[in-house]
Amino acid sequence: MTAAIALAVPEHRFGSFTALRDIRLDIAAGEYVVLLGPSGCGKTTLLSILGGFLTPSAGRVTVGGHDMTRVPPARRPTTTVFQDYALFPHMSLRDNVAFGLRMAGMRQSARHEAADRLLAMVGLAGAESKRPHELSGGQRQRVALARALAVEPDVLLLDEPLGALDLKLRRTMQDELKAIQRRLGTTFVHVTHDQEEAMAIADRIVVMNAGRIEDQGPPDRVYRYPTSLFAAQFMGETNRISARGRGGRIESELGPVPLSAPAEGPLTLCLRPEALRAGRGGWRLGSAQIADAAFFGTHYRVHLVPRTAPDMRLVAHLPPDARPEPGAAMELAVDPGDVAVFPEAPQ
Amino acid sequence: MRALPWLYLAVAFGFIYLPVGALVLFSFQGGTLPVPPFDGPSLRWYRAVLTDRDLMAALGNSLMVALGSSAVAAALGFLAAYGLARHRIPGAGLLRALLIAPMTVSYLIVGLGLLIVLNRAGLPLSLWSAGLGHVVINLPLCFAIIYGAMGAQQQNAERAARDLGADEARVILLITVPMLAPAIAAAFFLSVTLSWDEFIIAFLLTRFDVTLPVEIWSLLRSGLSPETNAIGSLVFLVSVALVLSLELLVFGRRRS
Repeated sequence: MTAAIALAVPEHRFGSFTALRDIRLDIAAGEYVVLLGPSGCGKTTLLSILGGFLTPSAGRVTVGGHDMTRVPPARRPTTTVFQDYALFPHMSLRDNVAFGLRMAGMRQSARHEAADRLLAMVGLAGAESKRPHELSGGQRQRVALARALAVEPDVLLLDEPLGALDLKLRRTMQDELKAIQRRLGTTFVHVTHDQEEAMAIADRIVVMNAGRIEDQGPPDRVYRYPTSLFAAQFMGETNRISARGRGGRIESELGPVPLSAPAEGPLTLCLRPEALRAGRGGWRLGSAQIADAAFFGTHYRVHLVPRTAPDMRLVAHLPPDARPEPGAAMELAVDPGDVAVFPEAPQ
Repeated sequence: MRALPWLYLAVAFGFIYLPVGALVLFSFQGGTLPVPPFDGPSLRWYRAVLTDRDLMAALGNSLMVALGSSAVAAALGFLAAYGLARHRIPGAGLLRALLIAPMTVSYLIVGLGLLIVLNRAGLPLSLWSAGLGHVVINLPLCFAIIYGAMGAQQQNAERAARDLGADEARVILLITVPMLAPAIAAAFFLSVTLSWDEFIIAFLLTRFDVTLPVEIWSLLRSGLSPETNAIGSLVFLVSVALVLSLELLVFGRRRS
């Protein structure tokens, strides 16, 4: 089962603190949406409003076309995978997973059958009578997922579900989450502060900061062509270069840029490390000295000091066969299409 | 120097257990006075106790009052703790303080106060009034134990249960109570042990049917006898059994 979500929250306040403002979010049925942002940006508040644990100070939430703004969690077609899993420690895994079905009045044999099937789906066949404390973190996470999916929700909400797992397990679980979501077609809304996790699983990333939505779109678009300076900085590493718009042209610390200025006055240019390359085509940044270089397998990560701006440090990812030598000089260039320009001063 | 700590330990435990040991030893006395020399062992005083109808009735009364009042105290304590831990109530701090404050009031004052209230209200003194008194003294304890055990873990599990469609009654019954079972059991058993050998309130608030401590007190008025030692040993045995079962059932399971 699946459903679309429409959320319009002009404001949500906790006392005098405004946690959310000007939120408009429309999610299609079957979409995998990731809410991404630093802690305190309001992403978990937004998820709680979707789940019914908070009622917004103003605004409206609809799921599948039905107004859910004031409907309690128990009667919403949503379930949540909580950050700490919140498994029931006194119940077996089977009873944990079957809990929602028990509340729905399903008889015992049927709900146990359904629970065993879901436990098998998340790779825990044979552990049905174990208790949560006998499991590892990754296994608990799977039980929490199975329990939330057992009631066949229209929308599954995941609150930093992989936050407590180690890196390798997190990458594996990302793939599994995505595969399960594809198979079931349920709408998933997933909260994280890990931009790599967001890119790995999302159909659409919603970047949030200070209670606002900064940018939203498919991962590649948000990464390569972010619409806000915050989104550019949060979505992975970027080089910021301060510039000015003057008479429709851009003057930067590294010389004129072959792009038209979006505004007069202070500008910030953002360059991804992988956009910087050796050569003379496109926008030429001039000569730069290699300060240091480290080999990362897929690329060399190098720090560069431009000759025209000796206080600046640029980070570049060069191809693995580039063999950059610290101390050597190289000509730097970038494709103007890879430069993101924002009409505000660097922060 | 090594011996000194052990000596200290022996003296400390001797101080604690010598009176109890003496009580138990002279309950097996053969003669009619529970004083040295020991001329037992003999079970005649136990026979006397177990065939004493008044004593046995008092023992049954004590059990009933202890179990009943403790069940009520634990239930009320749980409900108060749940309400104060889960809901934002104006003046919650004051309510908490008022719930715990009776712990600092002496049993004599609690008993006298209840006696005055019951007399004024024209209610007869009975095992019920003694049970009521025991609820009053045990409720603060039950509340404190259960409230202290309520943490974020249960709260999150309760939230998850609500999310999965549970109504409030089922959240409490299926999630909160089982998760707090060790604390609730600890509160219950402690109440039982306190109620079991409580004397002042039971003495003030009972009349014809009395609890065991009151019955023992009236036995003592007719002088020392190994019979009181025997009944004392039995009471001690029950208390030890309760504490041990509490230790094994409740705390033992939590540790594993």
